Amino acid sequence: MANGGDDDSQYKINEGDYVMLKRGEIYKAVQIQSKKKVMFEKQWLFLDNAVGHLYSTTFEIVPGGQVQPVKPQAAPSAASDAKQAGTDNRNIVDDGKSQKLTRDDIETLKEQGLKGQEIIQQLIDNSSTFRDKTEYAQDKYIKKKKKKYDNKLSILKPTCRIMALMYHGREPGKICHLRYDTLAQMLTLANIHAGSKVLVFETCAGLVLGAVMERMGGYGSVIQMYPGGGPVRAGVENFGFPSHFHDTLHDFPICHVNALLAGTLDTSFKDPSAEASNSNAAVEEEPKMEESKPPEDPANMDTNAGEEQRIDAERESGRDAKAQLKRVKQEERHKKLAAAVAQLKGMNADGLVIASRFHPCPVLMCLIRFLSPSRPFVVYSQYKEPLIECFTKLKERGGTVNLRLTDTWLRHYQVLPNRTHPKLLMSGGGGYLLSGITVETEQSGRSNSEEPVPKKQKLTES
Amino acid sequence: MSFAEYSEEIRDGDVAIVYLGHESMMPVKVRHGGQTQTRYGAIRHSADLIGQRYGAKVTCSKGGWVHVLHPTPELWTVTLPHRTQILYSTDIATITLMLELKPGSVVCESGTGSGSLSHAILRSIAPTGHLHTVEFHQQRAQKAEEEFAEHRVDHLVTVTCADVCKDGFGVAGVADAIFLDIPSPWEAVPHAKIALKAHGGRVCSFSPCMEQVQRTCQALLAHNFEEVETLEVVLRVHEVRTVSMPLPDFGPDAPATPQAPPLPASNHATVSLKTTTPPREMPAHTGYLTFATKPRT
Repeated sequence: MANGGDDDSQYKINEGDYVMLKRGEIYKAVQIQSKKKVMFEKQWLFLDNAVGHLYSTTFEIVPGGQVQPVKPQAAPSAASDAKQAGTDNRNIVDDGKSQKLTRDDIETLKEQGLKGQEIIQQLIDNSSTFRDKTEYAQDKYIKKKKKKYDNKLSILKPTCRIMALMYHGREPGKICHLRYDTLAQMLTLANIHAGSKVLVFETCAGLVLGAVMERMGGYGSVIQMYPGGGPVRAGVENFGFPSHFHDTLHDFPICHVNALLAGTLDTSFKDPSAEASNSNAAVEEEPKMEESKPPEDPANMDTNAGEEQRIDAERESGRDAKAQLKRVKQEERHKKLAAAVAQLKGMNADGLVIASRFHPCPVLMCLIRFLSPSRPFVVYSQYKEPLIECFTKLKERGGTVNLRLTDTWLRHYQVLPNRTHPKLLMSGGGGYLLSGITVETEQSGRSNSEEPVPKKQKLTES
Repeated sequence: MSFAEYSEEIRDGDVAIVYLGHESMMPVKVRHGGQTQTRYGAIRHSADLIGQRYGAKVTCSKGGWVHVLHPTPELWTVTLPHRTQILYSTDIATITLMLELKPGSVVCESGTGSGSLSHAILRSIAPTGHLHTVEFHQQRAQKAEEEFAEHRVDHLVTVTCADVCKDGFGVAGVADAIFLDIPSPWEAVPHAKIALKAHGGRVCSFSPCMEQVQRTCQALLAHNFEEVETLEVVLRVHEVRTVSMPLPDFGPDAPATPQAPPLPASNHATVSLKTTTPPREMPAHTGYLTFATKPRT
């Protein structure tokens, strides 16, 4: 089985695939669609020609925006030609005249269809100060120009690592400034692995949800608790998971959690005819409410919903097809919500991950009740103070051990002969984590060792 | 119980983690008729553990109580018997993400050491992945193998007693990821390349010293690895506590409001607030993590 999994066919780029574009340290998630213009690093391009090539292939953008694979060549860097280098910059004067090529010249070179590498070489050849620069400064110069003129990019298969890097680099605001090392801690602290049942509450564009799903590999179940009208899954789509992964993903609106916990969620939907008049309004929320019927008879529920929809459809015969589509969608949603309720009702989740822009304290205090004892939970916040509050509340409530409030520092290094040093210090910006493990609060106090512990102990408490 | 799968109840033969108090834990092999001494008294396995739910509060013979936790790689890391210096969860978390480990990944590791990282890898790649771990110290290799069986993850791992720098990982073209925690990782770089899939894969090397990192980076670049980067992750633990800060006594108020009654309480006024304090000392360095990608060949 070892080598069998490595044939090229499964690494081919297909139409419709979600892929990551990479240039240098810059990433962008896109879907491969024919004749679709894609903007990447201030350049328009088409990815049609990428189809059929292998992932990790490097492409160059040719005039017209199409991409064309480049042979992986041992590209001799421009620096190796210019072995000559200065030792310091005492004689380098900024007179603004060191570059002999004018802007128009460079534009002409570009129009001639010169490759990025060739333009860079031209720039170097026409720089009067390049040879006097230190080796380090030369490298830096080339790097900078490469960023500007190199029109190569590689197409990668999306992974959690790359997605996390991309979001942190491009849109940290969308993911509550969750740095990738912090995300890494979350997945480990929550012991995310195949076969478990994990609750996720996030407003990180689906990055955290996708990360959890990747680690579960389609085994077990994930229940996304979402605020507002619907779950945000943009980030999850970009992971390009196979469809069976999505069968394990459930979602539940957090606005119904209180009702679910109080046991009032089910009873309010015993009368489907009352619901019918409501759903005519075609409000998004209504169908979701009625979906929360007892999971034990989903079939019955579906027929009811179907009937009421059929009446709707007849009334507005012009929108027949539309209504039909809507009905199918609703039925699907019914089934999904019923499944989510069934998952939650056991109050036996194996993990809880919270990362949102909401105040984490009420979210945690509510959702932790769905966890089995001896299961980890982790709460992310961009700020430390709300986690201090969570910590205090949990201590008051009891039922948790090993509470830790942490953050991590991430330091990158430049490792080069004689030029090794830390690159930058990213302190503070990565957010904070509160983690712990649930336990039972009631003393077991059994005298008979063979007597099983009551199952629903967690439910009855508090 | 398994380190890769949760179960509800404690059973005979399980490894359970007894939580004694703040950061104080011990692993217990649960055996019918067995007994474990803690500072709160004895725990009798048959009476107090077997059949109990994981997470239960268990009363010890002296009347004190402990919680019994389901084992996880993270709890194992802080309770395992050290045979070597080990990797801790902060580095492990970073390694797992950056090596892109997930169910089904095939991973090569050397050395096995005390198995701290191995357990975390096995958790992440189960149920369809595999770990090939190489340890040149025979006793350590044997002990690790025993532990994997005890922890019911042995079907996911192959332990080889060999010198990875000389003999490699014993596999070729199968791995998605390689992890090296050995004194001279640069000598294992060619073997890492062989072990990785033709399609490519990720490599990580853990080294405490920058000189090792430099040689490893050179070796990686010489073998056409790409995206070579070195980083370091430092964990900060914040202790939550209430502090009170006294207010100084500024003396009686100015005579601007002479008719107002004096406030006697101001003498001993304090303001208390919830805050966090850093630990007096913290681990500042474990090792440098060097990552690289093997391109498709």
